[in-house]
Amino acid sequence: MVTSNQTLKLELDQRSLLQRLKLTDWIWAAMLLAGTFFVYGEYNELMDIYEKGILILTAATLLVMGFSWRALQILTTLIALLSLFALSRYGGELAQVEQDFFLKFMFSSQSAIMWMSALYVMATIAYFGWLFSQVEFVGRVASSMTWIATAMGFVGLMVRWYESYLIGTDVGHIPVSNLYEVFILFSIITALIYLHYEKRYNTRSLGGFVLLIISAAVGFLLWYAFDRNAAGIQPLVPALQSYWMKIHVPANFVGYGAFALAAMVGVVYLLKKRALDHNPTGVMALRLPELNMLDDVMYKSIALGFAFFTLATILGALWAAEAWGGYWSWDPKETWALIVWLNYAAWLHMRLTKGWRGRPMAWWSVIGLFVTLFAFLGVNMFLSGLHSYGEL
Amino acid sequence: MNLAITLLVAISFASIIGTVLQQNQPYSDYLLKFGPFWFEVFKALGLFQVYSAIWFLIILGFLVLSTSVCIYRNMPRMFREMQDFRLEVKEKSLRNHKHHNEWEVAAPIEECLSVSQELLAHHGFRLREKAGDNYQLLSAIKGAGSRWGYLLTHIAIVLICIGGLMDGNVLLKIAESLGEIKVEKRNILANEVPDISRLASSNLSYRGNVSIPEGGGANVVFLGYKDGYLVQQLPFTIEVEDFRIEHYESGQPKSFESDLVIVDDELEAPLRETISVNHPLTYKGVSIYQASFGDGGSKIELKGWSLAGAQKEPVAIKGIINQSQKIQTSIGEMDLELNDFRLFNIQPSPEEGRKFHNIGSSIQFKLRAATGEAKEYLNYMSPISTDGRLYFMSGVRSSPAEPFQYLYLPADSSASIHRFMTFYNRLKDSKGLHQLALKAASATTDSGAVPEGGQEEIANMMSMLVRIYVQGGMDAVIGAIESRIPEEKREEIAGIYVKILRHLLGTVYLDLLKEEGQSIEKGMSEFDSQFFEDAGAAIGAIERYGSPFYFQLVNYEHIQATGLQLTRSPGKNLVYPGCFMLALGVFLMFYMPQRRLWVWLRKKDGSVQVILSGNAVRNEMDFANEYQEIHEKLDEVFSPHT
Ligand code: HEM
Repeated sequence: MVTSNQTLKLELDQRSLLQRLKLTDWIWAAMLLAGTFFVYGEYNELMDIYEKGILILTAATLLVMGFSWRALQILTTLIALLSLFALSRYGGELAQVEQDFFLKFMFSSQSAIMWMSALYVMATIAYFGWLFSQVEFVGRVASSMTWIATAMGFVGLMVRWYESYLIGTDVGHIPVSNLYEVFILFSIITALIYLHYEKRYNTRSLGGFVLLIISAAVGFLLWYAFDRNAAGIQPLVPALQSYWMKIHVPANFVGYGAFALAAMVGVVYLLKKRALDHNPTGVMALRLPELNMLDDVMYKSIALGFAFFTLATILGALWAAEAWGGYWSWDPKETWALIVWLNYAAWLHMRLTKGWRGRPMAWWSVIGLFVTLFAFLGVNMFLSGLHSYGEL
Repeated sequence: MNLAITLLVAISFASIIGTVLQQNQPYSDYLLKFGPFWFEVFKALGLFQVYSAIWFLIILGFLVLSTSVCIYRNMPRMFREMQDFRLEVKEKSLRNHKHHNEWEVAAPIEECLSVSQELLAHHGFRLREKAGDNYQLLSAIKGAGSRWGYLLTHIAIVLICIGGLMDGNVLLKIAESLGEIKVEKRNILANEVPDISRLASSNLSYRGNVSIPEGGGANVVFLGYKDGYLVQQLPFTIEVEDFRIEHYESGQPKSFESDLVIVDDELEAPLRETISVNHPLTYKGVSIYQASFGDGGSKIELKGWSLAGAQKEPVAIKGIINQSQKIQTSIGEMDLELNDFRLFNIQPSPEEGRKFHNIGSSIQFKLRAATGEAKEYLNYMSPISTDGRLYFMSGVRSSPAEPFQYLYLPADSSASIHRFMTFYNRLKDSKGLHQLALKAASATTDSGAVPEGGQEEIANMMSMLVRIYVQGGMDAVIGAIESRIPEEKREEIAGIYVKILRHLLGTVYLDLLKEEGQSIEKGMSEFDSQFFEDAGAAIGAIERYGSPFYFQLVNYEHIQATGLQLTRSPGKNLVYPGCFMLALGVFLMFYMPQRRLWVWLRKKDGSVQVILSGNAVRNEMDFANEYQEIHEKLDEVFSPHT
């Protein structure tokens, strides 16, 4: 019990966000700006007003994200350096892919993507290894491999973008135009969202499970590339030649990635719950994250996915209005996007207005993945429509 | 709320049906697929146009209604809550919150209050104070976004649905049920369509298609509706000056563009614009899109090489795509229906490395006999390379469901069809054929194997065999053998017949080569001998080809038609703002959740009793972290020694 007169001293960190930045933050920001200016200076004549807008917004978003999540600074720097190195090896000739050692084995888009694929699969194994052994070193390796795989995936896309222009200036386009390319996008976005939660919640025990779905995507990617010979760069059909593609597709894949993550968290939730009920002293019960936390991560990633999916669907509608003459045509792909959207809207309603929690919500989020998967793949495989660009 | 969820589920299911069952196909296709019973059931349920079925529209209507009611009920409460700092909370209820802590501080109450104010403001809370009878209350609130988010998203949904309904064909449905319009099902010219199937240009919203040839114009569009169409009058005329397809080097299409002229009395000068995919033109609230393309009546010239009868010189035929004409053939008058002309045909390339190549122009047409029976043909203009040799290719089929079967006519060394046709005509010319047969027969009889006078007989048989082959192919030859030769000798005789046949064909061919001025002393060149094989095979297949002519495309004037889609969609003015509100609302809702904190202070025995308490609408874990931070900070201040 305090009786004497206290003097109250409140010390607040009064520095503004900018003041809290470190020297490395400033250096990174300077590089980012320099890069953006360089791209603008070099290519502004080839970009329309929307593309310039997209460039500037991308840089601004990256800046904000990099300041609040410093690991991104390292990632982007690595991607930039490796991509620039790769581009320098080309010397303007596609044929260098076969000649140059670095391109052939490391950084041509095909090779980089093979590295990405291999690393994700190895990281999956390492995460599970860590889960069962709890050896800190294994955990670190798992996380690092995921980071590097993600970097390689981005490098692969960057280089592919460049390669498409080497094929022909009129062929060149951002590599988000077919199923092969978006599977890469899906993998790296899902991994990034996961890595964010890994740091934020300071837990690696979700890693193996999330990487499982990335490994599945990678498996599909490899099958698609080798069995269906789908890795080649194709020119764009006229309907896809639009700046809309640059925002619509990535926004969609933030959505898909987040939904996939939520589903895997749902799986972990169910496993943990089961373990707690049946075997409360087992590995699963002890080492998987707290139910509360799982619930929270699941909600957060569905919310994130829902927000971006809403945006993507709207962008898609605007694009459709410009390309096909109607913002909504009940085309199967559009309709399934709506179904996915309604599904998660209902999920959010149940959680927020009815207070549903726990096992049913986890199951629902797992089922949600199948609905999403159908919208993503099934529509292309089984249904015909205007969106039939990525046919299997 | 439950109603809303039920409606959402219903819409999802209807949507799924709409994607699984292909929409807006011709009714005849459905009939074929489902049989008469289910066809009628599905039709009655509106499953062929789910998204404009009455029941679907009613569900949407209910959704709009229920969401509106929901907003109406919740809005006042939410506005109140955003402004409500909950200053009337009781000490007891603060202690009931999951997050609450207490201190006793030996400092003046003002100081405790100001420290708390400073800290909470630093965390971005808005503050209100209240002095009670024996206590001070500081109430803090942050993140009104979730409430705004609710309002924005739900109002957005109402707007989007109403806009969508406006742009859908609800109005058409109503007009139809009132008997004001009637679907036209016949395939007739636009200006012959009766008024009951026409819509005035004042129609609020529509989405229709029209195909306009280069140099042509249109002031109506066709709205596909149920199993027919309606004609929509436009408030202006569109003329098409030019349509272009550009190609990538690989041959795939790169862009489709139309040069349009908008003619309208209200314009001082006609408006000229080029539209392309992704770059429409909007005039008078009507947007004009590049949707498709087709043939706009290309003028073509054909050479008809007779494949039956004695005629040797080809007949010249001029025609226009999408029209039909009567032609005289050896089997009577027939209709030649020219269906399509294609300037390019892009095909997967057989060469390594290149994915596609262009195999040139083609025409597609039907030949209809007086009985109404028709075969469809696809003829390529230039000879096409197969295994390193050039052939004039012509596909034939009896129904659109079948793939084309191809006739390969070998091209000669100057890539023309002449040698083949000359060879073929020689074989049909019975007089010339007989002479050569005699020559061939005497060459064989010189050896003494055949008695004198047998030559004539052998020659007759030779030319008869060739005639049978030319008229009916190998099947006819086999038929002839089967009808004349007893079974046990057939195999032997068939071998001899084939030899004889080949021999005469060869003689005619050599004669032709000689006439062409080729020296054949040292034997035939490989090209010529392969040509002979190919020509023989082609002649054997002509019977199955089944046309009295081979139509060679010799010249064309390509006239294309551009396929335009025109939409008038005033609902956009609701849908677009709605979309904007939806996107904004969703982000607000998730990323600006509402949080409340209270600091309750009361003097007590020379010290101050402080209670910190808080709650959040959602994101409880994040709130817990923030609360923890604030709690720790206050703890440092209020009890520095512990
Ligand atoms: C087309 C129909 C509807 C859709 C797509 C829809 C969508 C949504 C979405 C996406 C949310 C966000 C969940 C969140 O706050 O994180 C939400 C919240 C909510 N919705 Fe709906 N909604 C619809 C109809 C309705 C109706 C008819 C009602 C009322 C009867 C309603 C009541 C609510 C309430 C109370 C919330 C929570 C608001 C809050 O606590 O901030 N919704 N809705």
